Amino acid sequence: MVSKCLKSLLVAVFSLGMVFFCNALFAQEDGKKLDPAKIIMEHVSDGHEFHFFTLNDKRVSIPLPVILYSPGKGFSVFMSSAFEEGTEVHDGYRLLEEKYMSDNKLEEIKTPKGQPVYQTGKIYVADASGMPDASVKVYDFSLTRNVVQLIISLILLVWLMTNVAKKYSKGHGVKTAPSGFQNAVEPVITFVRDEVGKPNLGHKYEKYMPYLLTVFFFILINNLVGLIPGTANVTGNIAFTACLGIISFVIILFSSNKHYWGHIINPPVPFAIKFIMVPIEILGIFTKPFALIIRLFANMISGHIIVLSFIILIFIFGAMNAGLGWGTSPLFVFFSVFIYLLEILVAFIQAFIFANLTAVFIGQAFEGSHDDLSEHNDAIVI
Amino acid sequence: MTILLDVQPGYGAIGAGLAAIGAGIGIGQIGKGAVEGIARQPEATNDIRANMILAAALVEGVALLAAVAGLLVSLK
Repeated sequence: MVSKCLKSLLVAVFSLGMVFFCNALFAQEDGKKLDPAKIIMEHVSDGHEFHFFTLNDKRVSIPLPVILYSPGKGFSVFMSSAFEEGTEVHDGYRLLEEKYMSDNKLEEIKTPKGQPVYQTGKIYVADASGMPDASVKVYDFSLTRNVVQLIISLILLVWLMTNVAKKYSKGHGVKTAPSGFQNAVEPVITFVRDEVGKPNLGHKYEKYMPYLLTVFFFILINNLVGLIPGTANVTGNIAFTACLGIISFVIILFSSNKHYWGHIINPPVPFAIKFIMVPIEILGIFTKPFALIIRLFANMISGHIIVLSFIILIFIFGAMNAGLGWGTSPLFVFFSVFIYLLEILVAFIQAFIFANLTAVFIGQAFEGSHDDLSEHNDAIVI
Repeated sequence: MTILLDVQPGYGAIGAGLAAIGAGIGIGQIGKGAVEGIARQPEATNDIRANMILAAALVEGVALLAAVAGLLVSLK
């Protein structure tokens, strides 16, 4: 009875917390236009601060260090609050933001090919009058919010796993039942070993288990931490997923054998079809990791965008009619809570899929010839 | 307070919507096959469920490739 009340209370608090944490949208009240696309992109892209909400034009956020290198000026390190959200020039650098760009009509300056030269959110070297100068190269090594969150989830993962490993090395849970946090970790690790490693990699699974476990847990932790309101969207960033995909690609290449390459250069198909098959097979080497990259990136970023869109819909309706905004808000909050819970499921599924498909591709790479597989034992041994 | 909504043809959104139809049909058929398999042999539920999720993620990966292409068009 008490636990039922507690659960309803938790759901109510969670829903209210979700609405209040999206106070970033409250900044668009009173005369300013509501730009849904810009708000959504601001939330899912990288930035130089952790922005929680904006109350009455006061921005509540945690500024992060900005580390820049420019050939003429060397290294500069300072906090991003020095930029004052793009209005101030600090140490000869300017963070370009929307208002400054539209005031000075910078979006119209284009390269000979027609690409806009200046982009919002990037840091440029500022000349004497404060205008950004795009010809000087600025290398941005800042600790943006994706980087800081990556480091936090890395520390969290390493700390959790080393604690569990220490317990095992001391003998708890080896011959006895596991205790404490081992209970949570052991089923997941044996799941990855028995459902992902062994079926796809056969008897060579032990060599690849460290990588598969790392990739599974790292993606899982980053997915889950990214779901907390206020945190950064790490796995929905194509650079992050591209790095994971490239590492998987390198591991697949290094575990391939002659039989694999033989099948690509000379597939066992009728002669006429070889002309189509060989380019397709060669392309296939690259499309498989590419699909891994895009799958993880698109799943995570679309989840975030859906939740944000439902919340912004409340404000769009509110802009048309204040009563309509308040009236539809419980419905949209309910929808976004539902999608939120679905996103937790998707977080687990995507981590599993990435690890599983990597294992499948590695298994395909060292498969070996089909006629001389001598490992199949007969069912009846006499 | 006005809403800044650029009313444009929205070709990117049409493409993404078609991709959603594709994903819906594909994953619906996967679900149909999985549920029928479970109905025929309830002991195999766990194996069928694992394969269903794997196949659904592959189909969804392709559909999201198209959705990302639609997003790129509408944001350019």
